[in-house]
Amino acid sequence: MILNQFLLLSAVLFCIGVYGVLARRNGVLVLMSVELILNAVNINLIAFGAFHDNIAGQVFALFVIAVAAAEVGVGLAIVLLIYRNRRSVDLTEVDIMKG
Amino acid sequence: MVAQNLFFGVLSAIMGVAAIRVVTTQNVVHAALYLVVVLGGVAGIFILLAAEFAAVTQILVYIGAVVVLFLFGLMLTRAPIGRTSDLDNTQKGIAVVVALMLFAVLAWSQLDAFGRVVIEPGSVQTSGQVGDSIFLQYLIPFEVISVLLLAALVGAVVIARKD
Amino acid sequence: MVLENAWVIPAIPILSFFLILFFGKRTPKGGSWIGVAAIGAAFLLSVVAVAQWVSLPKTLEVSAYSAGAAHGEDAPAAGAARGEAQENEGHAVVFESAAEGESAAGDTGEGESAEGESEEGHGGAQAIREPVRNTVTWYSNGPIDIEVGTHIDGLAVVMLFVVTLISLAVHVFSTNYMADDVRITHYFAALSLFTAGMLVMVTASTTLLLLFGWEAMGLCSFMLIGHWWEKKENSSAALKAFFTTRTGDIGLLVGISILFFAAGQTFDIATLNEAALTGGISKGVLTIGAIALFAGVVGKSAQFPLHTWLPDAMAGPTPVSALIHAATMVVAGVYLVARVYGVFWEGFSISAGGVNLGAVIGGITILIAALLAFVQTDIKRVLAYSTVSQLGYMVMALCVGAWTAGVFHLFTHAMFKALLFLGSGSVSHAVHTFDMREMGGLRKHMPTTFKTFMIGSIALAGIPPLAGFWSKDEILVGASEGGYPIMLVMGLIGAVMTAAYMTRCVWLTFYGEYRGHGHPHESPKAITVPLIALSVMAIGAGFLNAPGIGLFTDWTDNAVTLTAGVEHHAFSITTALMGTLVALAGIALAAAWYVKNMGPHGITKRNPAARAGYTLLLNRYYLDNLYTGGIVGSIKGPIARAAYWVNQNVIDGVVNAVGIVARRGGDFIYDIVDQRLVDGAVNGSASMAGAGGGFLRTLQTGRVQQYAAILFAATAIFAAVLIFVTI
Repeated sequence: MILNQFLLLSAVLFCIGVYGVLARRNGVLVLMSVELILNAVNINLIAFGAFHDNIAGQVFALFVIAVAAAEVGVGLAIVLLIYRNRRSVDLTEVDIMKG
Repeated sequence: MVAQNLFFGVLSAIMGVAAIRVVTTQNVVHAALYLVVVLGGVAGIFILLAAEFAAVTQILVYIGAVVVLFLFGLMLTRAPIGRTSDLDNTQKGIAVVVALMLFAVLAWSQLDAFGRVVIEPGSVQTSGQVGDSIFLQYLIPFEVISVLLLAALVGAVVIARKD
Repeated sequence: MVLENAWVIPAIPILSFFLILFFGKRTPKGGSWIGVAAIGAAFLLSVVAVAQWVSLPKTLEVSAYSAGAAHGEDAPAAGAARGEAQENEGHAVVFESAAEGESAAGDTGEGESAEGESEEGHGGAQAIREPVRNTVTWYSNGPIDIEVGTHIDGLAVVMLFVVTLISLAVHVFSTNYMADDVRITHYFAALSLFTAGMLVMVTASTTLLLLFGWEAMGLCSFMLIGHWWEKKENSSAALKAFFTTRTGDIGLLVGISILFFAAGQTFDIATLNEAALTGGISKGVLTIGAIALFAGVVGKSAQFPLHTWLPDAMAGPTPVSALIHAATMVVAGVYLVARVYGVFWEGFSISAGGVNLGAVIGGITILIAALLAFVQTDIKRVLAYSTVSQLGYMVMALCVGAWTAGVFHLFTHAMFKALLFLGSGSVSHAVHTFDMREMGGLRKHMPTTFKTFMIGSIALAGIPPLAGFWSKDEILVGASEGGYPIMLVMGLIGAVMTAAYMTRCVWLTFYGEYRGHGHPHESPKAITVPLIALSVMAIGAGFLNAPGIGLFTDWTDNAVTLTAGVEHHAFSITTALMGTLVALAGIALAAAWYVKNMGPHGITKRNPAARAGYTLLLNRYYLDNLYTGGIVGSIKGPIARAAYWVNQNVIDGVVNAVGIVARRGGDFIYDIVDQRLVDGAVNGSASMAGAGGGFLRTLQTGRVQQYAAILFAATAIFAAVLIFVTI
């Protein structure tokens, strides 16, 4: 197996996640896309850890998983609050900071 | 060798399709389910890379908790059931362009840096080794992570509570 | 000592001028008594000066200067004297002091003698009193020393006496005559200043100081003639007097300047005379200088053609007329000729006989003025023209070589003319008019005035033994013996006319029946006492120079006349008889015409020639019209129109153009520069900022995903750049 296949896979997932972040209306879906991104990063980390035969890759990935979980929790709480205040989670309607 | 490559290919194809479906489906629940597929595929990749603890943790945490969390969120925010038409916003084009740009940069740099370097996971990185590393070498980050989780917990409760 | 300190005599009236000006309003009677007291003091000092002068010993020996032609002197002796004088001194000086001793001959009068001295003694020289001089250098610059000071000799002393006497009489007269006047304080102040000016002029040792007094008198004359300036004709008369005398003063200034340089850059009169008579100045320069000075004389002494101001000057108060236009100011010109006689003697070639400019003008003046006196109805005008005529006599006398006669006539004329003017003032005080047609028969009502007026008229007519006879006779003798037959004839005709018009005047005023509307009565003492005093002088003054007595001649003989060789002609019975006869003839003719109504009365109505002549006289030979209309008008009119044109078109044009240009410039700057350029720039920058802001605002949608898009895109680009740059 060549390293690059994992890296490319990770890049693909990353970019799809970026697309999702930018193009989705629903806040929850945006958070899902963020998960995609984080997982792409995890693949990258693990690949490099295996490449260099270093346990730090895995460890780092575990930490990322933890952080991602925390982030999803807080993020959904925010989305809930938005829903509670606005009756919708359409992110295009959240433009109070419009200049 | 061949088995790994074949496995990788199938897995990545499924993951790719599923990921694309996550960001393009018009049904939010389907998006969550496709996310599950992606997350499972990621776990498989982890197995391929001989990171067993990460793979299991991935399945446990992500599929077991995060996706459930997502589904709860969808439920609480009255996500539309079934197909809806307005799930994408107006800057889809720009998003595609940006994503492609990013991919181009990433891909090019990766290919340029590593070419056809072969990766051979020698031995499996066992849970014991992971545990040792966490509690010996990366103890402080571990503690910080636990505090972070606590903060996130409290924060989520604070933000989302009704008062 | 009064003679050395003679400057005190003019100083007292100057002081009184300032006192009256500053304090007069607060003193009772408007300060008139200050003036009277001052002039009284000046008069007393003048009398003392006369006495001191008369008692001076004759220490100065003067002989006639003969430059070749015989002047009744020993030519060789005079030549020797001249030669020696030239050897001894640096300049040709002939005056010597015969006092034994050195040049400290100044101990006789404690005055410095300006004449150089050299010990000479030869026959033909005459001894006279030495003039008393007292000068200080006022300003000196290199070779030029400008002095001020007094030069007192017989002429000056006589003039001092006359001026202060007449001025005192006028002051006393005015205390009553002008008692209710609105500007009595200014009147007396001006009278004091005038007297001061005349006294300064009379005692001046330099032409500059003489000019100063001359001009001061001109100013005061203006002030006094126009004393009642509320009436336009009075102020016009004052202006006329001032301008006419000013016209003459141009010549005076030119003359003084020329003679300053000719005499070796000095204003001193004695030096000037000396230089003129001893050949120090060229004949041509002297003639020009004499003519120039004579212009001033013509103006001030009202000779033809500048005599027109004097009759109009009668618009002033009568005492003013008596002082200024009879006795003092008008004789300033005569005094000038008498004082600077050396210049005139040589400049006009008086010794040559025949005709010269001064004699001709004097003669013409006598005749034309006397003619005009016949057609006047205003008593003061009669007297004014009479004054002009008598001034003509004086000028003519001086210019035919009868120096003493001219000065003596000045002296006597002052007396009786002032008397006549004050008499007319007394008359008008009683009948409130000067028009003789409204008078008549006043001898019954005003006996004192009548008697004194009569005395004055007889004196003026030249009937012996009154004053006028002696002086006029001397003039006629001088004319006949000096080689001026034409002037003699003019003088005789003038005498006829003088007697005639005065008879007319006296007849119309004092005889016949009273034609007026008032209640004439005799005037109070303050008026009649001066009249009486002057009439005494009118009677007795003539005897001062009667043949055999000759005191006046003795007193006034000075170095100038003696050097010039002016002759004193003996009394001639023939001329005396001629003079008396023509005067009596004049009286008889006038009596026949007016009293007996004989002769062709009403001829002016029948005869066109007579009527033309009468009209000519009534219009005063149309000279006034010529002056104001012709000369002044033709200059003034075009110049005024031209100036008006320049003002309206050129000056206003420029001003308006500047204004228009400024306004157009302002408009332009406002429209183009301010509104478009500046505001455009300002507004443009504002709108650009706004547009920029508006454009940038579109980026700020408030949508997070858009921000994220930009973020990612920028990251990609950045990364690409980083990669490609480092690789």
